[in-house]
Amino acid sequence: MPVAPPKAFFRVLDEIGPVDAVGIEERVAKYTTRSIKKEAKVWGLRKAVSMVDLTTLEGKDTPGKIDSLCSKALHPSDDPTVPTVAAVCVYPSMVRRAKSHVADTKVRVASVATAFPSGQLPLKLRLQEVRSAVTDGADEIDMVINRGAFLSGEYNEVRDEISAVVEACGDAALKVILEVSELETYDSIRVASFLAMESIREGDFIKTSTGKTSLNATLGNNQVMLEAIRDFYLDTGTAIGMKPAGGIRAAKQALQFLIAIKETLGDAWLTNERYRFGASALLNDLLRQLAKEKSGAYQAPYYFSDATDSY
Amino acid sequence: MPRLPITKTPKVYVGGAFIRSESARTFPLRDARGAFYANIPQCTRKDLRNAVEAAAKAGPGWARRTAYNRGQILYRLAEMLEARRAEMAEALGVGGIGRAAAVREVSAAVDRLIYYAGWADKYEQVLGNVNPVAAPFFNFTVTEPMGIVGIVAPDPAPLLGLISLVAPVITSGNTTVALASEKAPYPAIVLGEMLATSDLPGGVVNLLTGFRKELVPTFATHTHLRAVSAVASADERKAIQLGAADSVKRTRLLKAEERIDWFSADAQHLYAIRDFVEFKTTWHPIGS
Repeated sequence: MPVAPPKAFFRVLDEIGPVDAVGIEERVAKYTTRSIKKEAKVWGLRKAVSMVDLTTLEGKDTPGKIDSLCSKALHPSDDPTVPTVAAVCVYPSMVRRAKSHVADTKVRVASVATAFPSGQLPLKLRLQEVRSAVTDGADEIDMVINRGAFLSGEYNEVRDEISAVVEACGDAALKVILEVSELETYDSIRVASFLAMESIREGDFIKTSTGKTSLNATLGNNQVMLEAIRDFYLDTGTAIGMKPAGGIRAAKQALQFLIAIKETLGDAWLTNERYRFGASALLNDLLRQLAKEKSGAYQAPYYFSDATDSY
Repeated sequence: MPRLPITKTPKVYVGGAFIRSESARTFPLRDARGAFYANIPQCTRKDLRNAVEAAAKAGPGWARRTAYNRGQILYRLAEMLEARRAEMAEALGVGGIGRAAAVREVSAAVDRLIYYAGWADKYEQVLGNVNPVAAPFFNFTVTEPMGIVGIVAPDPAPLLGLISLVAPVITSGNTTVALASEKAPYPAIVLGEMLATSDLPGGVVNLLTGFRKELVPTFATHTHLRAVSAVASADERKAIQLGAADSVKRTRLLKAEERIDWFSADAQHLYAIRDFVEFKTTWHPIGS
């Protein structure tokens, strides 16, 4: 059962303005009707490849799997015009291994930290995890916010924790995971977005979800966060990046997210310095569609993935 | 009280659902006297692609069923067709087939399904083998379904021809995307409604209607289709063979310009099943 939001929630919401939920739904429904073909499609598919944070976050990850993930990140396709992905995203224990493959390349190493995905550890240990990942060579840290504190209205605690993580990151970029599926409403997503953006630096990101819950990145959540980024940028001049994660499997979806960026934030955000896709299966489908555009023939998925059913 | 006529919107059966073409295009179907009968979905390459995705999704589940169960389901499909003989005969009549000939074709189609239903748990015994080897091993050859098979149905015998191509393919656990006769697509529309009530899992048989000119090249080049079984003209056969060579798929092509007697006993045989299975040979050591 939904719990009534705390008073602090409405104070913040008064300041930043609420979300028109129906308007958002209607707006994003339009994105799926755009017709992107031929050269524009190829451009979009390549752009999406360059924005992928190629992710593996499973208990069964092995060093061998990290090796193959990294080589896929560096050489997604035999077509040399296909760019490398933006980053590989792994657990802290795998950072060193991943870094050994991608050091001195354009591919960065992102590590989830702060007791991902629940965040339920004492702050001291979470910060230690961040420092250790950075020391091991992580270029980017994906943190989760303290949802318990957020939902009970302890906004200063949330802010202070994010600030502490920012400090622990040093030069590494930070991505703040709001875990939208646990925030329940678009209004909460907007409030959480602003809380996070107030504490992070230019070049850092806000991110939809861990990918570990039932509901992940949707065009609706993405739109609410993009508009929060726009409003924050217009207020403060600080450009924050965005990373939808989880549930984006198809190239077609990725193109729809690119349309959302183009029509909400403009070309300045159509770069992997400001926009990322957290995904594992998406890259295969992007490559599959690129191959289709090149050869003209529809491609079987098993040519592009080592982990698919052979049927 | 006067009633308004309720006419059916023909839709194609893909992935266990009745859909229109993604392009929203249709083409008018005229009956034997030239009067407008219905608008038939004019499926596109994208519809074919979507149907292949549906077939891929249904594939592993269908292949995992026991041979006995697949046989039961084919038998059930025959039951559904038997129970709606009159409706199907009428659908064949739209294409200009006379009443008696239509009834005869429906009966033959039911019998053809029964024939392959019977083979479902028997073809393995005939096609598979225990091979003699000069070493202490059991050496088995067993069959496996190929995957997704594209089917292009003939214009004469629009129901019997279609079923004669589809039934042997699905018997062994393949899934199919089939293009119905362009001239007489209506029986395939009605067949879709019977498939939907036959226990056949959605996506195992996907039926498309539309123009051969638009779809045959994509059947040829789509790399996810492992084989194509078609009744095709000389030009179409060439296109299919070229595309199949590129994507390494098996073809079974019958000549559209020759008369095929779909009613004959020669139109049903074990080899129609064999043509769409892969053979796997395994070695197993013999213990002392």
